[in-house]
Amino acid sequence: MRDAKQANTRVVVRLGVTAVLMFGFGFALVPLYEVFCDITGLNGKNFGRGDVAALEVDRSRTVKVQFVSTNPETMPWEFKPVERSMRIFPGETHQTAYFAANPTSQWMVAQAVPSVTPAEAAQYLTKINCFCFDRQPLDAGASQEMPMVFVVSPELPAHISTITVSYALYDITASEPVALQDKTKTGSQLL
Amino acid sequence: MTKALLALGLSLAGSSAMADWQVNLNRGVTEISNAVFDLHMLIFWICVVIGVGVFGVMFYSIFMHRKSKGAQAAHFHENTTVEVVWTVIPFLILIGMAIPATGTLMDMYDTSEADVDIQVTGYQWKWRYQYLDEDIDFFSNMSTPREEIYNEAGKNPNYLLEVDNPLVIPAGKKVRFLITANDVIHSWWVPHFAVKKDAIPGFINESWVRVDEPGVYRGQCTELCGKDHGFMPVVVEVKPQAEYEAWVAAQKAKQAALADAASQSYSIDELIATGEGVYQRVCAACHAPNGGGVPGAFPAITGSAIATGPIADHINIVANGKSGTAMQAFKEQLSAVDLAAVVTYQRNRLGNAVGDFVNPSDIQNY
Amino acid sequence: MATVDIDLPHVKDHDHDPHHHGPAKGLGRWLFTTNHKDIGSMYLIFSLCMFLIGGLMALVIRAELFQPGLQLVEPEFFNQMTTMHGLIMVFGAVMPAFVGLANWMIPMMIGAPDMALPRMNNWSFWILPFAFLILLSSLLMEGGAPNFGWTFYAPLSTTYGPPSTTFFIFGVHIMGVSSIMGAINIIATILNLRAPGMTLMKMPLFVWTWLITAFLLIAVMPVLAGVVTMMLMDIHFGTSFFNAAGGGDPVLFQHVFWFFGHPEVYIMILPAFGIVSEIIPTFARKRLFGYPSMVYAVASIALLSFIVWAHHMFTVGMPLVGEVFFMFATMLIAVPTGVKVFNWVATMFRGSMTFETPMLFALAFVVLFTIGGLSGLMLAIAPVDFQYHDTYFVVAHFHYVLVPGAVFGIMAGVYYWLPKWTGHVLNESLGKFHFWMSFVGVNITFFPMHFVGLAGMPRRIPDYALQFADFNSIASVGAFIFGLSQLIFVYNIIHNARVGEKATAQVWDGAHGLEWTVPSPAPYHTFSTPPKVD
Repeated sequence: MRDAKQANTRVVVRLGVTAVLMFGFGFALVPLYEVFCDITGLNGKNFGRGDVAALEVDRSRTVKVQFVSTNPETMPWEFKPVERSMRIFPGETHQTAYFAANPTSQWMVAQAVPSVTPAEAAQYLTKINCFCFDRQPLDAGASQEMPMVFVVSPELPAHISTITVSYALYDITASEPVALQDKTKTGSQLL
Repeated sequence: MTKALLALGLSLAGSSAMADWQVNLNRGVTEISNAVFDLHMLIFWICVVIGVGVFGVMFYSIFMHRKSKGAQAAHFHENTTVEVVWTVIPFLILIGMAIPATGTLMDMYDTSEADVDIQVTGYQWKWRYQYLDEDIDFFSNMSTPREEIYNEAGKNPNYLLEVDNPLVIPAGKKVRFLITANDVIHSWWVPHFAVKKDAIPGFINESWVRVDEPGVYRGQCTELCGKDHGFMPVVVEVKPQAEYEAWVAAQKAKQAALADAASQSYSIDELIATGEGVYQRVCAACHAPNGGGVPGAFPAITGSAIATGPIADHINIVANGKSGTAMQAFKEQLSAVDLAAVVTYQRNRLGNAVGDFVNPSDIQNY
Repeated sequence: MATVDIDLPHVKDHDHDPHHHGPAKGLGRWLFTTNHKDIGSMYLIFSLCMFLIGGLMALVIRAELFQPGLQLVEPEFFNQMTTMHGLIMVFGAVMPAFVGLANWMIPMMIGAPDMALPRMNNWSFWILPFAFLILLSSLLMEGGAPNFGWTFYAPLSTTYGPPSTTFFIFGVHIMGVSSIMGAINIIATILNLRAPGMTLMKMPLFVWTWLITAFLLIAVMPVLAGVVTMMLMDIHFGTSFFNAAGGGDPVLFQHVFWFFGHPEVYIMILPAFGIVSEIIPTFARKRLFGYPSMVYAVASIALLSFIVWAHHMFTVGMPLVGEVFFMFATMLIAVPTGVKVFNWVATMFRGSMTFETPMLFALAFVVLFTIGGLSGLMLAIAPVDFQYHDTYFVVAHFHYVLVPGAVFGIMAGVYYWLPKWTGHVLNESLGKFHFWMSFVGVNITFFPMHFVGLAGMPRRIPDYALQFADFNSIASVGAFIFGLSQLIFVYNIIHNARVGEKATAQVWDGAHGLEWTVPSPAPYHTFSTPPKVD
């Protein structure tokens, strides 16, 4: 009987620990998913960022890069690409910009969330500089052009001829510290 | 009561006249949709054959090996050869299915350059179409009248599958759809194209179609997206190139006309008259046709602090929405005239009587 | 709960082992019981109540869909009905019924005196009614009950969810804890309390399938708890796991959910495989064909269930490699599932069959589950799934695997084992009447759904285009036939469990196994001294 009790305790402890670990695993799926997306480009979000060594320019073909924007939920800003599309050689560094205007009577902060399609192309697109890296504050009634510098790797698979870069602009004013929310000055140095 | 019965009769008559007994997929009108249909039929027949085989043996046993017929139970309970065979054969059948399936899948993932790119954005509960290379941008709302839904009028043949502004694409051209969403996940489906792609807020998906046959093709949202998930159809009109170009020109002319209309001044009565239509088409889904809202979910317009308070706040909330709620920013969805009209209507009808009004030109500043 | 005081006959059983006392009297018996039979009965009665409540919701849905137009309910309420119907049937009806059967039968099948952890057994049952009280009470809350589907995809369930979502999350947590405790108990019982000589490969298949199911539960219920916890944090604590605005990803929700969800599907079917594998040999009077391959098949189905989840998400825009991988992995499941079906058929082949009610349900299970399995194979083909996804074809598919699959499996088990529990044989004519009404009703309800789905009707819509009208009317008629015929079942159980003909110990003349060696009704305590198994 004592043996049975011990055996039961052992099973309970082991399975209980497993259950707790699996609960943790549920949360671990979040970073794992990020890593997985980094490797496979699963969600079209994880592209390279930061500087890249000068790449050899592939002049044998061109790639069409399109820019689109969305203002999800109730984002009142005007937000659109300055150029709708450009035709580039893989390996060349290019600069473009998005135009944003805050038509409201309040200081607001926005965050652009990028996405690329086809998802497979994400890992070949490197953003050297992008407004999507930072929060974007704008005064009431103000507007600005937000730059983005990117390069498409010459290793881009041949079957991809069009890459679409999309930005969704979200209002994150509410998550700013209250002290900042009261400010009326444009704070591009706030970070 | 008689009215209700009449309505029921009407709707039954309407439905039985229109209903058909379609039992299979649509073959569709694109190369891909045909390939999908053929694949579907192939798999279906394989399944039928497997089913007939398995059930055949089973029913043979049920009829022949029953106790009432004096059957004696045999004693076998394993046979390695048979067990290996019926593990290996299904495996081979599966490989036979996987090969054509992978081929079709690869065709669907064709990423060659398209002739027309259209951004498709799902909203609660409508679609927005933006043509990337033209200045065309419009919303597509279901146009089935409420009376038909509530059985107060007979249902028309395209009941729930009709919209005010269909998507128009040229025939014979590769059209690429960039699919995303504004609020929750939607899914854009046109059965005749075999195109179904989820519209995910913050992310962009793509799909494409090349339709040779002009015509009108209808589909629906296929991801539960809230209350009116069942009421956001997709209608695509495929036009020959020349007609498509004419349509593009007409759209541009229409947008110019709207801009012109926005600079005019209107009387309060004109605005209320226009506003009523806009309200029923755009606002009534949540705020109810009588302005009563849906308690607990959507606030009433009648007597609301916003609709009876300062007009600037009222315009602001209609134009820019309210974050964290289902109240969208209607600035992009409605013309300045419609915005002015609907605000004026809400302030002076639906049980409100504020008495002021706003002109389209004043809307521009919000 | 008024229903728990049904007077099961073993209450009156005093004349066995003098060292044990019979059950306590009154409500206290049920509140504090640690007896596996009492707890099993409570699980089963609870599950029956939930089955009837969830069924009523299904009838509201089908009544609204009887004809085009909005007649009875508004879309908001319709969405609450589809959501609650799904949640209640999955977590309230099917899962507790299997746990109830496990409680009753596993100790008796392996020669154990009780479950290994009787106190925990009591807790795992008694927290369940609270979970469902919380869930059901959300129907009365402002903003209504959860309305985002049983799959509760973010952000519809987070940013856009009704206020009752928080209660829904607590409810899910409680039922998760209950399931995990139940699973631990079942594993401990099977591993530690088998009678001498009852080796693993001698265990009845029902015990095997439950052992594997219990491991699945422990692996995935915590993941479900994790995903609802992340929702809770997104809603109340400003995190952005699933909110694109804060850097999260709504698709991540679906990945985590289906990592739980797909094994969950097998949690709802594996024990039914076990039940059917008990019943068919009994009524074919022939040993189960391919016992070892049955065990391996169940184990491989369980393992495969962890690598197929994204076949629920073919349309979210995965890269080609992802689609191909999940398509192939899903198709593989057809192999072990096929093996099981072939084994059942081979068991019947050259048997000496009779067709009592449990056998009828088991045979219907084999046929209709196979139909659901074949449509599942069709759904696995990714390019074609783009046409099927989120249409009524999917609804038809999973109702074929869950209603004539899981539910018929449970009913077969109840008809099969109830004489052992109550000591009374159920009325065979009523049983057959119930079976045929259910069989006809199920097929009239769900078969036409294949057609409307293929023709293009999306799921979860309160109103539909006119071309779907005829088949929807037929399906609604079928649903009412099926729903009402369950009243025969309820009557048959409640009435005949008391007054039916007395059952012998073996009950069915082809039955083999330890559970048939104890008297009917089974005494309050069985196998206090372990039996010897050769």
